[in-house]
Amino acid sequence: MHRLLKQAGNGLIESLSTERARRLSRRGFLKATGMAGGGLMLAIGLPADGGRGGRLAHAQETAAKVPYPPAAFVRIGTDDSVTVLINKLEFGQGVFTSMAMLVAEDLDCDWSKVRALHAPAAQVYAHPSFGIQMTGGSDSIASSWQQYRTVGATARLMLIQAAAKQWGVSTERTDTRAGMVIEIGGQKRRASYGSLAEAAMQLPAPARAGIKADPKDFGIIGKPTRRIDSREKVNGSAEFAIDKKLPGQRVAVVARPPVFGGRVGKLDAEKARAVKSVVAVLPIQVDRSGTGIAVIADGYWPAKQARDLLNIEWAVPIGVTSAEQLLQYRQLAQQPGLPARRDGDANAVAGAARRIDAEFTFPYLAHAAMEPLNCTVDLQADKMTVWCGSQFQTVDQVLAAAAAGLKQEQVDLVTTFAGGGFGRRANPKSDYVVEAVRVAVEMKKAGIAGPVKVIWSREDDVKGGYYRPSHVHRVSVGLDDKGMPAGWQHVIVGQSIVKGSAFEKFMVKDGVDSTITEGVVDTPYRLPNMQVSVHHPEVNVPVLWWRSVGHTHTAFVMETLIDEMAAAAKQDPIAYRLALLDSKHTRHRAVLALVREKSGWDKPAPKGHGRGVAVHESFGSVCAHVVEVSVEDKRIRVHRVTSAIDCGTAVNPLTIEAQVQSAMVYGLSAALHGKITLADGRVEQGNFNDYPVLRIDEMPQMSVHIVPSTAAPTGVGEPGTPPIAPAVANAIAAATGKRLRNLPFDLAA
Amino acid sequence: MVELNINGRAVAVDADPSTPLLWALRDNLGLTGTKFGCGVAACGACTVHIDGQPRRACITLISSVVGARITTIEAIETDRVGRAVQDAWVRNDVVQCGYCQSGQVMAATALLREKKNPSDRDIDEAMTGILCRCGTYARIRAAIKDAAKSLA
Repeated sequence: MHRLLKQAGNGLIESLSTERARRLSRRGFLKATGMAGGGLMLAIGLPADGGRGGRLAHAQETAAKVPYPPAAFVRIGTDDSVTVLINKLEFGQGVFTSMAMLVAEDLDCDWSKVRALHAPAAQVYAHPSFGIQMTGGSDSIASSWQQYRTVGATARLMLIQAAAKQWGVSTERTDTRAGMVIEIGGQKRRASYGSLAEAAMQLPAPARAGIKADPKDFGIIGKPTRRIDSREKVNGSAEFAIDKKLPGQRVAVVARPPVFGGRVGKLDAEKARAVKSVVAVLPIQVDRSGTGIAVIADGYWPAKQARDLLNIEWAVPIGVTSAEQLLQYRQLAQQPGLPARRDGDANAVAGAARRIDAEFTFPYLAHAAMEPLNCTVDLQADKMTVWCGSQFQTVDQVLAAAAAGLKQEQVDLVTTFAGGGFGRRANPKSDYVVEAVRVAVEMKKAGIAGPVKVIWSREDDVKGGYYRPSHVHRVSVGLDDKGMPAGWQHVIVGQSIVKGSAFEKFMVKDGVDSTITEGVVDTPYRLPNMQVSVHHPEVNVPVLWWRSVGHTHTAFVMETLIDEMAAAAKQDPIAYRLALLDSKHTRHRAVLALVREKSGWDKPAPKGHGRGVAVHESFGSVCAHVVEVSVEDKRIRVHRVTSAIDCGTAVNPLTIEAQVQSAMVYGLSAALHGKITLADGRVEQGNFNDYPVLRIDEMPQMSVHIVPSTAAPTGVGEPGTPPIAPAVANAIAAATGKRLRNLPFDLAA
Repeated sequence: MVELNINGRAVAVDADPSTPLLWALRDNLGLTGTKFGCGVAACGACTVHIDGQPRRACITLISSVVGARITTIEAIETDRVGRAVQDAWVRNDVVQCGYCQSGQVMAATALLREKKNPSDRDIDEAMTGILCRCGTYARIRAAIKDAAKSLA
């Protein structure tokens, strides 16, 4: 989620549960990886401490010293197939392909034989730094870069050793080529990996296997490589969690309180029970100490119909009304809050030659992934299996176990493809997973046998909370007589995302949630006398990370203000930015130079169009967009987006292009349309008709350019989101002179 | 029992006649390639062909399609245009999470049956009802043009 989380490995699981995660025995490990009796696999004995895991108390150290047991991550079949187990969630970002490429690079196998599978939830698959199995913070490639390549290198070495032994030659006399071990000189023998897999299985794992050091030796890394999960996703056979079908399975649809934390008062379920195939109407506990009613039927349609026929009188807490909340936030923003950065002179703005005073407002945003939330649970007497498209396998497994009164090791959590997630499937509270387990528990108590799939309707999903928080920023910028910054006063108001969760102790410092200040306090620009403070109001609306987290709002504030400052200084927006970037910010400078060149920045924009730029660093990468817009009848039309990104080594340029496009679209959707509002605690939007998202007819022409780099890879899934809204706002300012500071954009306002 | 013709086969569905086709496909017939996204014909993830025309299965009652030819994503590869669209999707690396892509493929197939050489505007009009939260739109445009070329 965040760089501070990198310090979190040590205590996170402990915080999640007092349940002590087990140490994996070899047997347990094989079971966990589905490999028991897998004679055709390249299965090797774990190194003495290779199963160290438990809570990975020394995760970083482990990552550095212990070679990853290749058996957990790669299986070589006698048919030469190479199956890579992916410890992340594939939810569009392409990890099935790009992480498999990392293994393939150092395994030196035939790419056409490579397949990918989701790894089960097991400690061996924990994030090397965070200590839990998770997908987030755009770091799948960054965190797997050493790990998955080492797995490939280790397996390759074992295959070489097996061949050398068979041939009675030293390993120096062997090499590999695309899935074959070959003998150098001598009899020039060759053996396919598949033919060596069983022999390699008998060998001890080598302590150390080196990965390729020189990028010039890369065979597949850096090569545009098509996804390996395309065909199943264009013929309908890919299995998402919502597609899970087990014998005897029921479907549940849940009536949740209309205000977060509400409780069922009076229930009349007569009409619901009369719907054909409804087997039960069960009270359940829901998120935030609320209660709800689960309707169990043979399929979604009868369950949904019956749920909608429930007559429930709710007891609800006092709810939020967005207009009032905004007024309170704006008032709070008038006063300094908890300090987050205090540089130099707090009075510098007051004494400056000129000043810009600006207030920015951001609404709540729903993730609205295409696959509505759902989870399938098979609860047995002393074990449970849970299927979901989880970004947080360990968290979900621990909390699912707790909800069922089981131990973590009694819960198999199966990760399926997810139809998007964008952070919603990475909830420290595991709300939708825990709820599904509670439904299963109540069914069991009621004597209803069989597994259950809980499906949220789109309205349930949109109204279900865990939004990107709403925010108000108030900034006063002091400028000297040349228009250069002299002082910066900045107050941010918004709920803390991690407060009250297991992440709080790692991500909240002196009362400030670092996810609200990221992108401001660490600005690369030379901004003297910068003072930043934060208010975290308590509001009864659950909030969560949403693709690019705090950068969703901080990049907008910073990059539109910088643009306004450039205009005040009568300077070119790119030139002004470069003037405020120290020479050490080479990546920002390179990205700006590339986007300037590729967008034709130095030529005039087409007649009637305005052009804007924004650049922002997030998740270790720097991304810039140049945008061309026109405004007709107060309607914004984004014609063209030119993007540049520095994400370190470009592992799969095809994926990077797709992810920058994807992140841009996600941010543009929010900038043009995204808004969740509440009235008396009731969410006013429910479906794509009133929570519109970008459609193909609003899609700009787009080109993505990657800064060449041999540095270790950094984030790709999110960094394209933060700079799009400010680039569009800056382009609108260029076209119309109007500075937009309230999201989503409304030129009629 | 409601008798339907799905992917060239007669099937009997044990569901209330007012059940939307989407849920008969998914829950009664196990054809889960057709996806649930919104339930109100606002996202297009459930697009199927009824007598060759793209329709939203989530608002199509099974009683209304008795006697019609229903084609779902599971059978579209048997159609020359459908297969060309799928191949173009793979060639252009369109998919991301993949959840909306059944609907995208069905809509694009219907478009290319009507128009052999669709313009950008044709593509926007035919595809605007099918949402993609991953934002694969640029590659969808490219893949439709590529499929059109491969069919020419």
